[in-house]
Parts: sequence; C-alpha cells; structure tokens
Amino acid sequence: MLCDECKKRPATFHMTKVVNNEKTELHLCEQCAREKGEIQFSMEPDFSIHQLLAGLLNYGGEAGVQPALEKDVVCGVCGSTYDEFARTGRLGCSHCYEEFEDQLEPIIRRVHGASTHTGKVPKRGARSLMVKREVQSIRNQLQAAIAHEDFELAAKLRDQIKAMEKGQE
Amino acid sequence: MSDATPSAMPRWMDGTGASADIVLSSRVRLARNLEGVPFPHLLDQRQATEVLAATRKAALELNKFGFLGTVRFVPLAEVTPVERQVLVEEHLISPAQAKDVQYKAVILSQAEEVSIMVNEEDHLRIQCLLPGLQLQEAWALASRVDDALEQAMTFAFSESRGYLTACPTNVGTGLRASVMMHLPALVLTNQAARALNSVGQLGLTVRGLYGEGTEAIGNIFQISNQITLGRAEGEIIDHLSAVVAKIIDHERQAAAALLREARDQVEDKVSRALGILSNARIMTSDEAIRLLSDVRLGVNMGILTKVPLKAANELLIMTRPAYLQRLAGRELSPFERDLQRAALIRTKLGVRQTA
Repeated sequence: MLCDECKKRPATFHMTKVVNNEKTELHLCEQCAREKGEIQFSMEPDFSIHQLLAGLLNYGGEAGVQPALEKDVVCGVCGSTYDEFARTGRLGCSHCYEEFEDQLEPIIRRVHGASTHTGKVPKRGARSLMVKREVQSIRNQLQAAIAHEDFELAAKLRDQIKAMEKGQE
Repeated sequence: MSDATPSAMPRWMDGTGASADIVLSSRVRLARNLEGVPFPHLLDQRQATEVLAATRKAALELNKFGFLGTVRFVPLAEVTPVERQVLVEEHLISPAQAKDVQYKAVILSQAEEVSIMVNEEDHLRIQCLLPGLQLQEAWALASRVDDALEQAMTFAFSESRGYLTACPTNVGTGLRASVMMHLPALVLTNQAARALNSVGQLGLTVRGLYGEGTEAIGNIFQISNQITLGRAEGEIIDHLSAVVAKIIDHERQAAAALLREARDQVEDKVSRALGILSNARIMTSDEAIRLLSDVRLGVNMGILTKVPLKAANELLIMTRPAYLQRLAGRELSPFERDLQRAALIRTKLGVRQTA
C-alpha cells in the first residue's frame, strides 16, 4: 500500500480516526505522517502498571465476566485471594506464587515472555541450585549426544551427571 | 544515625561518568522481600515494625563492610515532609515512598549513591544511582549490597521464579535498570518521538523525570527495562546499554545537524535562555527546567563556555520546590519560591546580585 499523501513511499502508519461518528482511514509513510503531525509521542501520564496487569487478568473474558474460577483460590499463608490479586495487581506474600501457580503462569509468560528465572541466585542455597542448573545443561548435551549417536561422549556425560548428583547428597 | 540532612549533593549529579553530556545518571534497582513475611501492603503494625527493626539491624551491619562509608538509617516518619520531598527530588526515594510514611524508611550510603527503600511495594528496594552512563558499575554495586544484606536476612526466592516480588512484573531478577537522558537536539529536530517509540518495541519503556506517570519536562527522559524474568541481570544491562548507546548517537547527530543547519537560531536560543536565567527575578520551576535544558544544550555544543555542566545539572534539582525550602530553612509560598529560585540561579551561574 502506498502513502495516501505522497503516493510514493510505502505506507507504514495506519490510522483510523473517528470524529463525530465519521470514520476516516489514513495510510501514511513515516515522513508524511511526521509532517502532518500525526505521530504523537504520548507519555501516558495516568498509566499504571497495576492497571495494565488488572487488564491482562481479565483478558479473554467478556466485559464484567471474571476469569472462570469455580471457587476463589485463597493463599493458605497470608489469606489473600486470587480475586484480590486480580483487582490490585499485587500478591499478598511470597507463598502466593505457589498457591496461584496455575493462574500466574500464563500472566508471567505474557508479561516477561518467559517463566523461568535464569539470573542471580542467593548465596545461601546457591550451590545446590548452581549444580542443578549445571546438571540440566549437561543433560541437554547428553540428549544431543544420543541423538547424534555419539555414545562415547554420552557415557562420559552420564558419568559426569552421576558424580555431580552424588556430590550433592 | 537518623539525620536526613546530607552535607552535599548526591554523587549522581556531579557531571562525571561516560557520556555525561547526554546521560545524567544510571540507576539499578533490585526488589527483595523477606522470607516468611507478607508483602508490605498486607503487614499489620507488629509485622511492619519488625521489618523496620530487621532492616535497621541489617543497615548497621552494612557499616562493617566499609564500601558504603557510614550508612544512615532514616525512618521517614521522623523527618519533615519537606525533607521527604527533597529525597524524592534527589531521586533517592520514589514519590510513593514519601506517602503514608509510618512504617517506611530509607537507608542511605555516605555518598548517597546507594539508597535502600524499606516497606515500599517490596520490603527492600536497593537502588544504586551513579552519574553518567555507568549501568555495569551500578549493577555491580547493587549486587554487592544485595550480597551484604543477605548475610543478615533471608530473601524470598524460588528456583523457577527467582526473587519473589509483590507485583509479578518485577519477579525474577527484581531488576529495574534505568538511564536518565537529556535529549534536547532530538526534541528540537522532531526526532524524539521516532527514536523513543522504537525503544518500546525493544522491551524497554520511556518515562519522564520522576518516573512512572510523570511528564518529560526539560527534554529529560528515563529509559528502563520492562522484562525482569527469563534473562540474566547482565543480559538486561547489556541490552539497555546497547539501546542507550544508539540513542546517544542519534542525539549527537541531531546536535551536529543543528550546528550545521541552524547555528544562528541555536546560538540565539541557548544564549537567550542563559540571559533569562541570569537576569530574571521571578522564575517558576517549569520555566527553570526548560531554560536549563537549553543552557545544557549550549554547554554541550560548546556555545556557552562559561557555565560548568555540573552547575547546570545541580540546578535541575536545586530549583525544585522542596529543595528550595530546605535551603531557606522554612516553608515558602509558591511566589516566595519563584523569587528564591531566581536568586539561587543567578548566584549559581555566577551573576553578581547588583548586576
């Protein structure tokens, strides 16, 4: 599609304006859009991350319909309900992450595009987690070795895993 | 130890660090929570007091490491509203931290490059704020503080989710890295919107001078990461650094283009700004920031040679309402502030009062 304005460059900005119930569509290239002042950079002053989250939580449902939960889930430690989280965007305590695991998983995925932590771990208990991650990485290599029928390497990796897991006990 | 009056300006304003002409400061914040304690918004009085006591103890422990100098623990209920607002203006605490302060505190390192907010949205928010582009350094320092605190307390952590936070948008690393950039040439050449919109597509956000929900006055923008989970801290920092480096390039190119194409207009603009700042008797806070932005541009372009960058940086903070009231030692009406502000700017720019 070519730009409505200059009819030369491809249109990369597509806008639908509704003024007094009249709908107009506009397709512009970047340069023309800038000249016409159609691109406006908005700092969204009232935007809050909690509102965004609350919006995400109700995603997929009809307006006014709560996420399909038969019974509201309650955290056994702090007493917060999932419903409270859906309204405020805040969890009650660290245990809520386990308690609401099934509900949180898709939300965390949508926000971060991932659901598993790969960063820093506390020094305490760090050793065991580091070993676990290392073992997992060697397991992946082992799978690859088996897939390539490199059984010599596979045997070596298997022994390595055994030794590491033994060192853990 | 609960004295909130610092002797000097926080270190982040001193105009040093890489690309200090464009990058005012680099900040790294780590969100941490105590294991087995509800998040701050659910704490009852007893629990909230316990969190305060535990962090006060941990703050004292920090002193023995030495790398933070003499650490101060400041319960926010024990300082005046003006002092709290000064801490906000200096970016040492968030605007939210300055409200409902009964169980809130801040731990400050001697040079104030480290501030730890207690009982904000999370139990602890470790912040490191350094001048110029120093994200790696800020992360290294924040991580060191994190390690030191960990010796005194256990943080809520899960193997799969990482550090657990009140809001799942911070879970994982709990890391928010942000860079405060002054981009007058991009704004003047109408390129800021394009340059900054593309930032949004890279998993980063752009905000105004005082963080979430604030306007970008004085052509100052904060750029920070949005994603905190699934990437290691180093990756998040590297990604942001790379994008910031690109924006710095754009700003430099825009400034060069301005000098080439519109030298007279730019010289006029920045010289007028300096003229008004050096002579005005009544100056509002918004006008001051806008004019200081122009002066900063003039300094960076080599047009204004007599104003040190450090003075322009410091004035950005010193001309804020609470800071002026602290200097005056009393509460001031808005009109009194405008008078004080104009006088302070003249002094700081080296104009004789009789001139």
